[in-house]
Amino acid sequence: MKRVAVVGASLAGVRAAQELRAQGYDGGIVLIGEERHLPYDRPPLSKAFLAGTASPASLELLDAGDLASLALDFRLGVRATALEPSNRRVLLSDGGSVHADGVVIATGGRARTLPGFEGAFVLRTLDDAVALRAALVPGVRVVVVGAGFIGAEVASTCRSLGLDVVVVEALPAPLAPVLGPELAAVCARLHRDHGTDLRCGVAVAGMSEAGVHLADGSLIPADVVVTGVGMAPATDWLAGSGLPVGNGVHTDAGLATSLPAVVAVGDVARYHADGAGRRHEHWTNASEQAPVAVANLLAGRTTRTYEPSGYVWSDQYSGTLQLAGHPRPDDTLSFVDGDPASSSFVATFQRDGATVGVFALNNAKLFNRLRRQALRRPAAV
Amino acid sequence: MIRACTVDELPPGESVRIAGAPAIAVFHTEAGELYAIDDTCTHQDASLADGWLEGCFVECPLHAAMFDLRTGMPTCLPAKVPVRTYPVLVDDGVVYVQGVAGEDAA
Repeated sequence: MKRVAVVGASLAGVRAAQELRAQGYDGGIVLIGEERHLPYDRPPLSKAFLAGTASPASLELLDAGDLASLALDFRLGVRATALEPSNRRVLLSDGGSVHADGVVIATGGRARTLPGFEGAFVLRTLDDAVALRAALVPGVRVVVVGAGFIGAEVASTCRSLGLDVVVVEALPAPLAPVLGPELAAVCARLHRDHGTDLRCGVAVAGMSEAGVHLADGSLIPADVVVTGVGMAPATDWLAGSGLPVGNGVHTDAGLATSLPAVVAVGDVARYHADGAGRRHEHWTNASEQAPVAVANLLAGRTTRTYEPSGYVWSDQYSGTLQLAGHPRPDDTLSFVDGDPASSSFVATFQRDGATVGVFALNNAKLFNRLRRQALRRPAAV
Repeated sequence: MIRACTVDELPPGESVRIAGAPAIAVFHTEAGELYAIDDTCTHQDASLADGWLEGCFVECPLHAAMFDLRTGMPTCLPAKVPVRTYPVLVDDGVVYVQGVAGEDAA
């Protein structure tokens, strides 16, 4: 293998490039990125960067030493428009193309939009964050549609800037399908304790200059509207490639696609394990998948399979939330330390007598001990 | 030089945080080595003394960046900047951290 094209220059793509080198590959690596920017880290976009306390430079994933040692051939500001397996080519939006013996698909996704919310802010890219930050001037009234991690973090940051914030959520409680009712109530409390007006079970109809219109005909006045309603995997460029791409790029349990020498990582990878297709949209997943996908790419067959740790964190208001494992909302929740009314606690999810998840609010030390003991996560070294 | 704790107060596999500017984390590895580094992860505000100690590496409790206690170098993302390391001295059953000014932890 003389040249690998990594399509997508965010965390998953960068980690794949790093793993290629770490696993001994010394051929060419072309890193293709739709954005103009060098690879950067996204988690701070909704927090420190949006608050104005982190600079763009602090987000960069690769420093000068990394750039020198990885020897990447960057193609930034161009989008991959097609994959032609028969020619071993990735076509680019500037009319050029890259010939590659191996391809890592790391194209992530695009922020979902809502009909009737044209012109609302979204938050996925650095440019999105720069635009939203510029709109958050003193006195603006903010409405955030969606109380998931991004929506909650944006609301939290807006409150720290002293802005009035209303969060509208279609579900009866934030994150209830992920965390279950008791922890969803904790998330709701964090909003209310910090002066955010959280309205759950609310259906939205659209927006205008006046604000956000609800399905019941009422209006929430707003100067800035942010939608945080998930993402859609960026697979359109793979039409005609022969790859199955419903809700992500379909792969086997080792992140290898049906095309030889093509693997997928990160938000866009929909891998099949235990008969089901799974996709994760988290930082840790993007990082953890890279070594597995790259090992299989270099081996030319699936020698390793992916075992997700299910680790997710979110910083909201005064709270650091940490979740590991694969809980379901109907699992039994037991509090190991503190209780749901505390400012710090750890809880475990139990199913059929086994611990299947760990959740903590502001208790990182105990969280990490339980996460290893109870979930038997392999050592990270 | 600051006094961290007694050797008895820091069994193998444990760590202690010494408040101050900067805060220092002192680790006693399972292999019996003592190391001291800046306590705050260089990626985001988190106490490395709360992190998972594995061999001579500590993993940040928030985002799993890992640091080599011997050199302070991060071994994986999201951290990119090393933490400062400090020599550790044991005298008469007491652990001291050298090269840092500050008050005793005790």
